[in-house]
Amino acid sequence: MWEKMDAMDTEKGLTRRETIHWGLAGVAALMAARRASAAKPAKAKSVIQIWMWGGPSHLDTFDPKPDAGNDYTGPLNNPIATNVDGIRIGELLPLLAKQADKYSIIRSMTHGINAHETASYMVQTGRPAGGRDVYPSVGAVVSLFKGYNAGYKGLIPPYIVLTEPQGRFSEAGFLGSRYKPFATGGDPAQTRFAVEGVVAPGISDQRQRARRDLLQRVDALANVLKSNPQVRSAKEAEEQAYELILGDAGKVFDLSQEKDEVRERYGRNTFGQSCLVARRLVERGVPYITINYKGWDTHKDHFPIMRRKLPELDKGMSALIQDLSDRGLLESTIIWWSGEFGRTPRVLWEAPWNGGRGHYGPVFSAVVAGGGFKGGHVVGASDAKGEEVKDRPVYPVDLIASMYELLGINSDGRLPHPMGQLALVLPTESEGVKMAGPLKEIM
Amino acid sequence: MGKLWVGPLLLAAALAAVGADRDIVPVYETKADLSPNNKVDEIVFATLKQKGIQPAYLCSDSVFIRRAYLDVIGILPTPQEVTQFLKDTDPAKRRVLIDRLLERDEFADYWANKWSDLLRVKAEFPINLWPNAAQAYHRWILASIRDNKPYDQFVRELLTESGSNFRVPPVNFYRAVQSKQPQTIAQTVALTLMGVRAEKWPKERLEGMAGFFSRIGYKETGEWKEEIVFFDPTKPPAKAVFPDGTPARIAPDQDPREVFANWLISPKNPWFTRNIVNRVWCWLLGRGIIHEPDDIRPDNPPQIPELLSYLERELISAKYDLKHLYRLILNSKVYQLSSIPRSDSEEAAAYFAYYPVRRLDAEVLIDALCQVTGTTEKYSSAIPEPFTYIPDGQRSVSLPDGSISSPFLELFGRPPRDTGLEAERNNRISAAQRLHLLNSSHIQRKLDQGPKLQYLLRNAKNPQGMVTGLYLLILSRFPTDQEWKAFVEYSQSGASTGRNAVMDLAWALINSTEFLYRH
Repeated sequence: MWEKMDAMDTEKGLTRRETIHWGLAGVAALMAARRASAAKPAKAKSVIQIWMWGGPSHLDTFDPKPDAGNDYTGPLNNPIATNVDGIRIGELLPLLAKQADKYSIIRSMTHGINAHETASYMVQTGRPAGGRDVYPSVGAVVSLFKGYNAGYKGLIPPYIVLTEPQGRFSEAGFLGSRYKPFATGGDPAQTRFAVEGVVAPGISDQRQRARRDLLQRVDALANVLKSNPQVRSAKEAEEQAYELILGDAGKVFDLSQEKDEVRERYGRNTFGQSCLVARRLVERGVPYITINYKGWDTHKDHFPIMRRKLPELDKGMSALIQDLSDRGLLESTIIWWSGEFGRTPRVLWEAPWNGGRGHYGPVFSAVVAGGGFKGGHVVGASDAKGEEVKDRPVYPVDLIASMYELLGINSDGRLPHPMGQLALVLPTESEGVKMAGPLKEIM
Repeated sequence: MGKLWVGPLLLAAALAAVGADRDIVPVYETKADLSPNNKVDEIVFATLKQKGIQPAYLCSDSVFIRRAYLDVIGILPTPQEVTQFLKDTDPAKRRVLIDRLLERDEFADYWANKWSDLLRVKAEFPINLWPNAAQAYHRWILASIRDNKPYDQFVRELLTESGSNFRVPPVNFYRAVQSKQPQTIAQTVALTLMGVRAEKWPKERLEGMAGFFSRIGYKETGEWKEEIVFFDPTKPPAKAVFPDGTPARIAPDQDPREVFANWLISPKNPWFTRNIVNRVWCWLLGRGIIHEPDDIRPDNPPQIPELLSYLERELISAKYDLKHLYRLILNSKVYQLSSIPRSDSEEAAAYFAYYPVRRLDAEVLIDALCQVTGTTEKYSSAIPEPFTYIPDGQRSVSLPDGSISSPFLELFGRPPRDTGLEAERNNRISAAQRLHLLNSSHIQRKLDQGPKLQYLLRNAKNPQGMVTGLYLLILSRFPTDQEWKAFVEYSQSGASTGRNAVMDLAWALINSTEFLYRH
């Protein structure tokens, strides 16, 4: 229903001609072209992106190096076996260790960028920053190709971020505000998850209904201009909004509908409950959900923070994988765990860091599960100290291209560009972007 | 769906509106006759008559004052301004108000924002002016509008100046482009100053025009991000042909930009004056005489050619004084028509038979919400790091730089200033926007904590005073009897009482079509 508003032409919005020129027709043509050539149907319907904002340490999570010595491992020098022979992961992830058969670890992610903004842009667009255009992130591209233009009919927007936008760059890029994520705000770990706009704390449903009646009564101009298309579309938008506020659609955010036992399993914290909300959104067909998981930029106090946060990650993410798997949804849902980079393998013991880890782009780890990705594999390898790629480099564009393939999105297709310029979904090698090809070994 | 309840009077009018003719809706309309006020009216009304389209009634005084404030200076009138205007018995009071608005400081703020969209005043991505230059450029635009610089002179300065981006602000015109290739610059000039999409031209014509922009030099200085834009005689001259096909004669030491500017800003130039009068018309009446206003083509002719050429002649004889043009349009009865059509004709909108309702621009809307509640907003820019925060109390319409923003402005379709296209501004209402206005903590906080509402609640003598105060503050008019009764019923229904009931009325009014739309 939201797409109806978006496609509605008003005099100061895009004209019909421009809409067609810029977007809808182009997209439709692309879809048609891909359908014609598509050999494989899409396996994945949704993506849950666990965005490790700030950059998580690869050594302390999915690429432990116990033999590198104390200057590298710090106190976390005792990795644990998983349920897949030969794969060991960080000691603070025991629950995830029991599920290694369901996900694959990429230990050779690389882009060499050590600044948050440019690395975030690279990991989520596949392109280096600094060109003339700001390209859309994976979430915006997925909402373009799997959202309203592609028949998505949900009342919940197709691209959701829990709970705050990343703020590093505009996720929608030149696609424009229509493809920005809907940021929920609020905190799902609270008794009532106050999703911005959907749940207004302190206003009862009864008062909501009464206010709505009052609005109908005093909206005098709307009542005289009933047949005006602008007024009509505004009223439709209003009804949709109320479906979320008072109707069933908004109940997706109401975690009191889940059993206590389930909520406990995910962990009673913002991340854990965000994972639970993400599962509920996937069940309703939302194509892209970002869990913006902050707090991984651990320049100082790194190890105490790991001891506090990794168990939270372990609980939430493992519960999510298990739950999706139990419900038969893992086959059609990609979970993508990554930050913008890893962290310096060598611990910075000196002041002012006193046992911290810095930004590190030369090699880091990512994890993928579901949606057609095989579990139980390790792709690539870093060297003995986790400082360089040893084997099979994977560039961000390779991982994104693999996800697009599973989602049935043509990486060579065109994005609608506001000036009508040629803009491809993903860069080609001729643009000078390094790439090593999709992750065929786990697809 | 809530119970539909409209005052019997309004309802009758609404039903009548479906038919061919109807009586006036007194809140919004007046029975005053439509005898022409000026030549604009003569031309448009004659055209409507010929087409058999009935124009709408004239709008009421309360509609007019609100409309004029929003269209001319981008803010709402205060309750005092409204009551004074409504009380005023001078038959020329609309003209007097227009004159007064054109001299307000907010006039320059509002139109500088409009021009900053078209000229892409933005610190970074993909336009890279950098904050200092964006600020300088905006200040120059603002001063030009405040001083009512003749439009032809404004354009000449944009096209021909040389110097530092910090010290000679109009040179930023040549920096606020998608690329510094002569063809891209030519496209930008054509779009902005001729209302034409040069990418649709035959290749030779675009190349010919690009010739005028092939000798622009750019060089850095010792100061960070300072850039000098200048005529660079060491660059080889290219063949330059005017878009009308006439080859240009340019001496080797002559800046080709000068030659182009002389050609462009001549009153004889077929593109120059037409572009600006058509745009100004479109900005005030929501639709160009040629529409879209920045896609002028032989196969996209003006709807009323006589009107367009009349406005062109007027602007030329006024020596490109844009306020003359504003005055002419605003004083016309065509501009002052009600937004409730009296004709079923599908052509009624294209022939300006009524004033079109339009959602408030993102900036105007948030400024209006701040104005009626007495609250402020936080604006910030991520460029450069560490982030810049703008002091409280700034109106969003006077933000100098497109990189300075807020979540509200982004949600409500403020232009990204990437291309300079008019269509970049997206005023289509979406469910997400409705959700925000109806139910976000952001808006709820403004209502709950807004000092202006608190003051009204504390100081009104009785409930009538409160309700009247809210209507004047939010809708710029007095409530009708039916509206008063609706509130009384609401406060007695038990759903919400006392202060809450009044707050609910304030909430409903800011969510009404009358508040959210220019009408």
